[in-house]
Amino acid sequence: MRPIASLLATAAVLASSIAAETTIIRNATILTITKGRIEKGSVLIQDGKIAEVGTTVNARSGAIVVDGTGKYLTPGIIDCHSHTAVEGNVNEGSVSDSSMVNIKDVINPLDINIYRALAGGLTVSNVLHGSANAIGGQTIVIKLRWGKTAPEMIFEGAKPGIKFALGENPKRQGYPPDFFSQGPPEPRRYPGTRMGVEEVIRESFAEAKNYQAEWKEYNDRVARGEHPIPPRKDLRLEPLVEVLEGKRYVHAHCYRADEILMLMRVADDMGFKIRTLQHVLEGYKVAKEIAAHGAGASTFSDWWSYKIEAYDATPYNAAMMMRQGVVVSLNSDSDELQRHLNLEAAKTMRYGGLTEDEALAMVTINPAKQLGIDDKVGSIEVGKSGDLVLFDQDPLSNYSKVLKVWIDGHEYFDRGKDLETRGQFEQRKKVLLDKENATPAPTNQQPANQKRGKHPNEASPTEVSR
Amino acid sequence: MKLACAVAALALPLAVVNGQTPSPVAIKDAHIFTVSGAELPKGTVVLRDGLIEDVGANVTIPADAWIIDGTGLTVCPGFIDGLSTWGIPGAAPVAGGGRPAGAPGATPAAAPAQTTPAPRSNGPEDRPQTHTYERAADLVSPSDHRLEAARAAGFTSAVTFPNQGIFEGLGAIINLAGERGRDMVIMQPIGQQVVIRPGRLSSGFPNSLMGNIAYIRQMYLDLDQYKRAREIYDAHPGGNRRPEYDHYLQALSESPRLLLPAVEEQQIDRMLAFGAELKTPFVLYGLHEGFTRVDQLKQANVPVLVSLKWPEKPKESDPADIPNYRELVLRQRAPSVPGMLSKAQVRFALYSDGIDTAPELRKAVKKAIDAGLGPADAVRALTLSVAEIYGVSDRMGSIDKGKIANLVVMRGDPFEDKTTVEYVFIDGQEMKPSKELQKEHPPGAAGAPHPSENLEGGQN
Repeated sequence: MRPIASLLATAAVLASSIAAETTIIRNATILTITKGRIEKGSVLIQDGKIAEVGTTVNARSGAIVVDGTGKYLTPGIIDCHSHTAVEGNVNEGSVSDSSMVNIKDVINPLDINIYRALAGGLTVSNVLHGSANAIGGQTIVIKLRWGKTAPEMIFEGAKPGIKFALGENPKRQGYPPDFFSQGPPEPRRYPGTRMGVEEVIRESFAEAKNYQAEWKEYNDRVARGEHPIPPRKDLRLEPLVEVLEGKRYVHAHCYRADEILMLMRVADDMGFKIRTLQHVLEGYKVAKEIAAHGAGASTFSDWWSYKIEAYDATPYNAAMMMRQGVVVSLNSDSDELQRHLNLEAAKTMRYGGLTEDEALAMVTINPAKQLGIDDKVGSIEVGKSGDLVLFDQDPLSNYSKVLKVWIDGHEYFDRGKDLETRGQFEQRKKVLLDKENATPAPTNQQPANQKRGKHPNEASPTEVSR
Repeated sequence: MKLACAVAALALPLAVVNGQTPSPVAIKDAHIFTVSGAELPKGTVVLRDGLIEDVGANVTIPADAWIIDGTGLTVCPGFIDGLSTWGIPGAAPVAGGGRPAGAPGATPAAAPAQTTPAPRSNGPEDRPQTHTYERAADLVSPSDHRLEAARAAGFTSAVTFPNQGIFEGLGAIINLAGERGRDMVIMQPIGQQVVIRPGRLSSGFPNSLMGNIAYIRQMYLDLDQYKRAREIYDAHPGGNRRPEYDHYLQALSESPRLLLPAVEEQQIDRMLAFGAELKTPFVLYGLHEGFTRVDQLKQANVPVLVSLKWPEKPKESDPADIPNYRELVLRQRAPSVPGMLSKAQVRFALYSDGIDTAPELRKAVKKAIDAGLGPADAVRALTLSVAEIYGVSDRMGSIDKGKIANLVVMRGDPFEDKTTVEYVFIDGQEMKPSKELQKEHPPGAAGAPHPSENLEGGQN
């Protein structure tokens, strides 16, 4: 217990030191998202939260004042579909239901993609398991608090989720033999059809209900003073029981209209809700049904035709679903795309004629609603977290650049400082390289192809995800 | 005379095997690292019947003793490899903590028991890659050809584990010589080693890091349930169905500690939290990036084993392949970890991590000394510290009256370039450490059968 306690203590110390910062951003164009635009406005961040927003704010002694003249201030960008900072494979694809695994266990806070995403104004990521199986692993929402430990990055109070996947990926049965390695052929796993995908989900929830009942009976017997042997705690079924009890969100990877309807039927039959449909490229065909179920839709702006089930798509998808009452977000699903989600949002103005606020909502308040964190982040309102991004010009412009990013009122990215320290960093690296090249080749060593886990500057391995 | 010498030389290995080192033995006027107490610049140690009979500056040497003049010699407790596969013939080098599958050292061993590939695992219930019940004590044999090189480096003992799967099995602390395997075992079971092995998709669950973690967590939940079910059943057999006997969990319950892999910073954090969650005593191994986590390790009060296989620039790396900054820092700073842990008084020991030639072992320790570990602390990290971490410091790890007579006698200071290992005593038997194997390029080192293989007859 002690290590945990000490970690918490460290976190508390860090949190309090951050909370002590007070920052005023003045004279900027403030895009609040939910309350319109304030020209030449100011925002005061205190104790990690937005304390005042308006044309003027009360001065505070000791506050850091940032001049926002000619610049744009937006809430931190939120990505509802990410695989960033995951150490190791994002898929436990060996089994058709891998709900026992948890992304929370493998967040790598040193993944350089976190910092690169910050440089694009991203502050919150919904880090998902891959889509290799019908029921994938447990998922977690993080704040990109670069420099902190994995537990310190977890978004406090954000409900955890679980990944589902429909269609081609989960019925792929794993890779064909010898796809990656030259090993002997091995049996593939169930399922091999879309029917099978549905059956896996139904079966798992049927098991989860039995499991729930088994524990209820055990607890009842204990309450009666009996001495029953407790059932086995099953890490695979526990999160599904949480889904049934509304304690965990379902984020379901899907493409086709028929499979979307299928999953909503299964959910209704089993008594749970789909929180978000991910990718959902044919969502425009069944938007009314999606809205009726209450699911959110998290899609791409203009990315399709990369696989057979992604052909019947349109860049108007986001706008069409939104107009029919679905809460829609645009996501990255990519360590590269996550650095410029503001530009993905801008595309909805071209395709669908969204207003600026509606477009930016797609990467701020809407994903916040989908993740159940819209009371904390997603817009510039008093009482919300001090998660803010300062752009040099309109964030919907191709030419915009992120200047500063704050999370909980603490500055996590500054473009000026970054550019300034690059030379020093290169110099430090050169010193190390020269030193290493000066020493004679060791005799005890590892072969040239050895890689040590996932490294900050190395690209992520190609994985099934989208 | 010539002939007699030749006969004597030939007879020697046999004499050793048959336990014919004269007893008692006295090493006098040597520089003695007792490790538990003060260094003796000029002391004497007496061995009798496999135990240390006496040690000190003024010790009466028994009249019948074989006397070794220790002038110019250094005596240390025999070195103990803190985590090893030594003694288990055919075991691949122990996997460095958490390295990806396919990397050297992470390859599953050509294990004695496993001849056909395991059937595809469909979840934790199939107990994939689980060898909790394997006992190192049952697998060790003096026929392991690596033992001679280890002894030539001054090692007399090792904490050895079977090397296959995620749960490797129950380790044993062994001496690196004996007539039969069972003579080598000092204490067992000493722990259960976990190796993270993200497998191939086709081999089934688990094939990811998170799958490995989920599986280990499920095993400990199952163990908890197994124990509780037994207790409840034993107290209330009427009306309850009897719980099944489970040899995977039974063996896990016998393990006094769990060894968890943690090389990089985030892995150290992760495993400190995970070990605490499992509510079992645990030890971390690997630790190359521990230079960023000294305070956390100190606070957590968890003992650690630092791998001596320092990350280095690959020999034939592509010049165009520039390593990233973190990798460069790691290569630069990893050898400073033992010194930093020592200063911070974190309980730590060193382990060979697959290095199995005498010069490489010596150089690897020297690297840590050059990076800030005191020479006496280096000796401690290979002797008493190991014994303390595994709870056997009452019988080994230092030169004290009554402890097992495991000693290394060197000419020169420990781990220095020119230092040679002159005598190695294991259970009081002198092992004639090979001078040939202490040279930089021992013959037959590169894959060829070791010359010693022909000399030793394994009887296990």
